[in-house]
Amino acid sequence: MQRIRLRYTKRGRLRFTSHRDFQRAFERALRRAEVPMAYSAGFTPHPKVSYANAAPTGTGSEAEYLEIQLAEARDPARLRELLDESLPDGLDIVDAVEVHTPSFADRLQASVWELRLDGVGVEEAEKAVAAFMAAETVEVQRRTKNGLRSFDARGAVCRLEALEAPADRPGDAACAILRLVVRHLTPAVRPDDVLSGLRATADLAPPVPAAVTRLAQGLLDEESGTVTDPLAPDRDAAPAASTTAAGPSAAQQVPEGPA
Amino acid sequence: MPVESVESVFPRLEALLPHVQKPIQYVGGELNSTVKPWDECDVRWALMYPDAYEVGLPNQGVMILYEVLNEREGVLAERTYSVWPDLEALMREHDVPQFTVDSHRPVKAFDVFGLSFSTELGYTNMFAALDLAGIPLEAKDRTIDDPIVLAGGHAAFNPEPIADFVDCAVIGDGEQAVLEITEIIRAWKAEGRPGGRDEVLLRLARTGGVYVPRFYDVEYLPDGRIARVVPNRSGVPWRVSKHTVMDLDEWPYPKQPLVPLAETVHERMSVEIFRGCTRGCRFCQAGMITRPVRERSITGIGEMVEKGLKATGFEEVGLLSLSSADHTEIGDIAKGLADRYEEDKIGLSLPSTRVDAFNVDLANELTRNGRRSGLTFAPEGGSERMRKVINKMVSEEDLIRTVSTAYGNGWRQVKLYFMCGLPTETDEDVLQIGDMAVNVIAEGRKVSGQNDIRCTVSIGGFVPKPHTPFQWAPQLSAEETDARLAKLRDKIRGDKKYGRSIGFRYHDGKPGIVEGLLSRGDRRVGAVIRAVYEDGGRFDGWREHFSYDRWMKCAEQTLPEQGVDVDWYTTRERTYEEVLPWDHLDSGLDKDWLWEDWQDALDETEVDDCRWTPCFDCGVCPQMDTSIQIGPTGKKLLPLSVIK
Repeated sequence: MQRIRLRYTKRGRLRFTSHRDFQRAFERALRRAEVPMAYSAGFTPHPKVSYANAAPTGTGSEAEYLEIQLAEARDPARLRELLDESLPDGLDIVDAVEVHTPSFADRLQASVWELRLDGVGVEEAEKAVAAFMAAETVEVQRRTKNGLRSFDARGAVCRLEALEAPADRPGDAACAILRLVVRHLTPAVRPDDVLSGLRATADLAPPVPAAVTRLAQGLLDEESGTVTDPLAPDRDAAPAASTTAAGPSAAQQVPEGPA
Repeated sequence: MPVESVESVFPRLEALLPHVQKPIQYVGGELNSTVKPWDECDVRWALMYPDAYEVGLPNQGVMILYEVLNEREGVLAERTYSVWPDLEALMREHDVPQFTVDSHRPVKAFDVFGLSFSTELGYTNMFAALDLAGIPLEAKDRTIDDPIVLAGGHAAFNPEPIADFVDCAVIGDGEQAVLEITEIIRAWKAEGRPGGRDEVLLRLARTGGVYVPRFYDVEYLPDGRIARVVPNRSGVPWRVSKHTVMDLDEWPYPKQPLVPLAETVHERMSVEIFRGCTRGCRFCQAGMITRPVRERSITGIGEMVEKGLKATGFEEVGLLSLSSADHTEIGDIAKGLADRYEEDKIGLSLPSTRVDAFNVDLANELTRNGRRSGLTFAPEGGSERMRKVINKMVSEEDLIRTVSTAYGNGWRQVKLYFMCGLPTETDEDVLQIGDMAVNVIAEGRKVSGQNDIRCTVSIGGFVPKPHTPFQWAPQLSAEETDARLAKLRDKIRGDKKYGRSIGFRYHDGKPGIVEGLLSRGDRRVGAVIRAVYEDGGRFDGWREHFSYDRWMKCAEQTLPEQGVDVDWYTTRERTYEEVLPWDHLDSGLDKDWLWEDWQDALDETEVDDCRWTPCFDCGVCPQMDTSIQIGPTGKKLLPLSVIK
């Protein structure tokens, strides 16, 4: 049986898609695209799909991953196109490789996030970032199923920097961009936990909710703080001409946010 | 209209979405949704199903009209749904108007704001939407730049309670009607909107197929009853006719059903296999107002399913109608579809099945790809006598025979639907529901040789509806309904041998009284609805939002000064002479025939189905110039050729 790993996005307004919503949409896209899926056994057979580490509802993403198992082999490039056409714009399938290596989940060690802070000046953001990074630990709270929970948001953060927003933004209003690299630990530290941390350490309080996008997930190079394409090992292990990418892979270039 | 008023409100809405539950329901972008260029269209419809997105999106009526209108050149239709209170509060705070989900344009910018009312319980949500849209609540306060507010759907067969708030209402099938209305508006706009709002409404009214309440005066008798309803403009007809689409195969909609990202109440490819029902159940408004029966052909159904599944990727096909097993070729349809889609693991469902039309061959086809979990039937009345009164001619023997075959073929659970509060009903009639459940379980245990047999009894309160033989009937009060159901509950719980195998589900009688007030209300009831809305009433179809006390409080504030009260509308029996609020809306049913059928009900006399016996002169076919359209065609569904 052939297995294929896919990278997909949640762009624009479809970033409000929850993970459950995406699962239903994806399984319907599999039917529309007539993908010969392998099914689980039992009373109500399900197509074999495994999802990894979904981004929270409301955050955009350029780098979500899943793996499907097929009953008949297909060309990954063609499959990517078909599935992409079958999904609504914004949920885009951007990469597909045939599986040649084990332990994919272990390769998703860290994420690169972009946080757009409308109404926040770069200097103010830089100051807050410096205070946050200087701290040993930054205790934050998050509401979970089991009530309010406290944990450290600093330890997982490998890199955090404030940048000027690109000039093509409409209007002259202040806007800072935070670039965040965070390790996948337990409990998971999310971008909004880091924002809570910035508020706790430096009183940074954006006037409107931050627009958050995951730019990449993958293996973390601790020294440089860069994250590399988790599909690269499969691509490298593949015989020629069995892989494809819609654009440059995450390792070469990190996309500039939602379309 | 100023150009800026049609800009998308999305940037402003987007900032609110991180703070609300299930934001995905407000963003649009569903598969098969359509966004047409605003400036290239001259007639623009905002279509609303006045309930939450999860209920409204799968609504077939809205989906059909959305597609029919968008297929037409120069016409666009977008959808809007009720926003939940969390978003409503934020929209008010940040001044974001009611928007369409397709391109987030403000509803006020459209030419027509069309609302589909499946139930009267959506009325308060209409007020919320109008208010959020910035459209005056009262029709008389609207200007030429406000949309024409148009009501449709089954509840529109008595639009009088909302007569002051809608500009017009259309009764019957909408497919052709929306196109006719579009042409009238297009012509009026092209001429430079002569005569303003009044003129376009007059043009619509004069077609005889659009009801414009402002062109009718209602006069009352001193005792509160209606004296008469009179047109106040020349050329406006005394009665407004319902619309009937005759050839369903010519209207294979929806062709491209919407596939939402958010979770909704029905996630399946629905095909309406026929419209109308002449079984003649006397409580059933849908069956009375959608006559005659018009079948879609087996081949037409096959094509719709094929295209629809391709367009959606749904895993289930729902064969919809008022009584799906009554299609003349249902056996071939079910078998043909089950054969075609066995490999693809597509499930088939038949949401409404009569006990006497059910057979195990059919059921086997329906469950080929799924589990035999439960079967649902609706005897509606617990006693043979009651079933004669309501003309639901299903005998207990039929039911036992059917469940016996079902249990013998592997089913373990049967669900039975009943009503409480039917005309002439006594405690004894309702208590017999318990006996029926016991007999079903006893038969199941006997046939299957097992004890894990379950029967769930589900009971709703009966609400008399306009355009039915029971339109004259007194509604049972909430207190009496509750008392009767309590007796049944005690009887079932007290049964040592079978009680634990019987599930008992029922609703208290209170929501039914509000539904009854709105169903058979007249223009005076409008003040109650408005007061309820202003007191915070929303989402009345939802248990957690519905407030009986609020409705009663507002009724007490507004009705007595008009000489009536809630009982007058609900528990009062009407007489033959009384002018009913909806008499000027012509469903085709002859009022004298309805009255005879009401008398037959009281005499416990049954009436057959005119599909298989001679005509009973209900009046619809000659009045509406329509006829029964049924098969069999003799055609079969051939296997689909496999092209991969």
